[in-house]
Amino acid sequence: MIVAERKPFEEIKELVKEYKKVLVAGCGTCVAVCLTGGEKEVDILKTELDMARRMEDNPVELRGHTIERQCDREYLEAFDSMVGDFDAILSMACGAGIQFLAERFPQIPVLPAVNTTFIGVNQGIGWYEERCRSCSNCVLGDTGGICPVTMCAKGLYNGPCGGTNKGNCEISNDQPCAWFMIYERLEKQGRLDCITRFTPAQNWENQVPRTLIQPGYKKPEKQ
Amino acid sequence: MKSESNLEKILEAGHFAFTGELGPPRGANAEHVREKAKPLIGNVDMVNITDNQTAMVRMASWAAALIAIEEGLEPNYQMVCRDRNRLAMQADILGAYALGIKNMLCLSGDHQKFGDHPTAKGVFDIDSMQLVNMVKTMRDEGKFLGGANIDVPPKLFIGAAANPFAEPFEWRVHRLAKKVAAGADFIQTQCVFNMKKMREWIKRAVDMGLTEKTYILAGVTPMKSVGMAKYMASKVPGMDVPDEIIKRLQGAEKGKVADLGIEIACEQIQEFKEMKGVAGVHLMAIEWEHKVPEIAERAKVLPRPVV
Repeated sequence: MIVAERKPFEEIKELVKEYKKVLVAGCGTCVAVCLTGGEKEVDILKTELDMARRMEDNPVELRGHTIERQCDREYLEAFDSMVGDFDAILSMACGAGIQFLAERFPQIPVLPAVNTTFIGVNQGIGWYEERCRSCSNCVLGDTGGICPVTMCAKGLYNGPCGGTNKGNCEISNDQPCAWFMIYERLEKQGRLDCITRFTPAQNWENQVPRTLIQPGYKKPEKQ
Repeated sequence: MKSESNLEKILEAGHFAFTGELGPPRGANAEHVREKAKPLIGNVDMVNITDNQTAMVRMASWAAALIAIEEGLEPNYQMVCRDRNRLAMQADILGAYALGIKNMLCLSGDHQKFGDHPTAKGVFDIDSMQLVNMVKTMRDEGKFLGGANIDVPPKLFIGAAANPFAEPFEWRVHRLAKKVAAGADFIQTQCVFNMKKMREWIKRAVDMGLTEKTYILAGVTPMKSVGMAKYMASKVPGMDVPDEIIKRLQGAEKGKVADLGIEIACEQIQEFKEMKGVAGVHLMAIEWEHKVPEIAERAKVLPRPVV
């Protein structure tokens, strides 16, 4: 899932300080699962903002509404009849959701209440870890299911570097060395030949905005 | 000969190579480079010019290398993957060769987190192994990584690093094999303190036939103090400093620790001269360039061969 972290309250407050009517838009998918931008978090943020603005003698009219997914037109439609009443939207979705919302309502400022952090896994309640950088060229088949692009601090394709520190990365003793783990796993699987081969320079495909159209589908014609 | 490098000539002729190191200054102080270069002249076959080492901004490696050439040294132009992408790397390689640089060392680079710009974006467009292969392709096939032809390919002697001590030890010699296959003409190792592990690693490299395909220069760093030894043992990733070394330094007479550090380095050099598979020593006298003449003298590696 996509993991996000709420922005510091002071930053959010600053973003909306000029607006008197703000719609706080939650998203019920990834950011709800990682306890950042779902219905509950929308309510909390609304309450905080309401109190802070009252104390500053600058009250704000707030409404919260959470839809299933802000990255999906089908659900965004629910905002159509609402947005006319507001002078800003504060979105708690990931960067994709925020942009999709802004694209749909270009006349209204759409502001981020979260920092989108990574594509990751749920290690425990409230504990998430990055696992994928969406490089568009997955090599997990050769690296024992451990991503060298994400898990190696230098993104090496032919690791490990000389900084491996008793199985940890040179950047921190709390960060295991990805290539140490790759070696250990492949050795146990008897598949070290996967990394004996030289991996040539990567063809980076994530340097431009990417589009995917599944086979059998096509983009609608421009009107 | 693959290049016009002095180091290559010395190694090809079967001499035991002796190379040094020079860290560029944190400023545009060319005089500082000249000062550091002086004690190295005539005492080493080649001098590594580090590239933003420990991720701290310094004078560009190629620029300090050119000053070293003016002073009469043969530089080994170090290039790390952290700070530039494949376009910048290839451009710098061409420029360096055009201005007289004949050796280069291809490195990943310390992570930017360690340096004075910890929030910089690390580039790592290609890794050190891919850099080695890119320089080889440029030199031997006259082609850029993108496939286009090069007008006057850079005839560089290609170096890479190896750390025999970082985990997993079992894999290290295989990684060396990968670097050799990628095109490394010579290897300079991490500072060696654990001789037992070094002997084992070299033996494996010899057994795999790797020392027939590449020249391995063992890294030697004289300890200046007990503090330095302790720091390297505990704070420098990938460094293996056995307790015996620290204890031995602690046992030195007052004011004689540095001298003992040099003595230990000389003992190591003596052993490397006789170790099968070791083609030379790379002396990393960190911020101790002025001691190089004394170390070279005491290690009996003088005079340097002229080929």
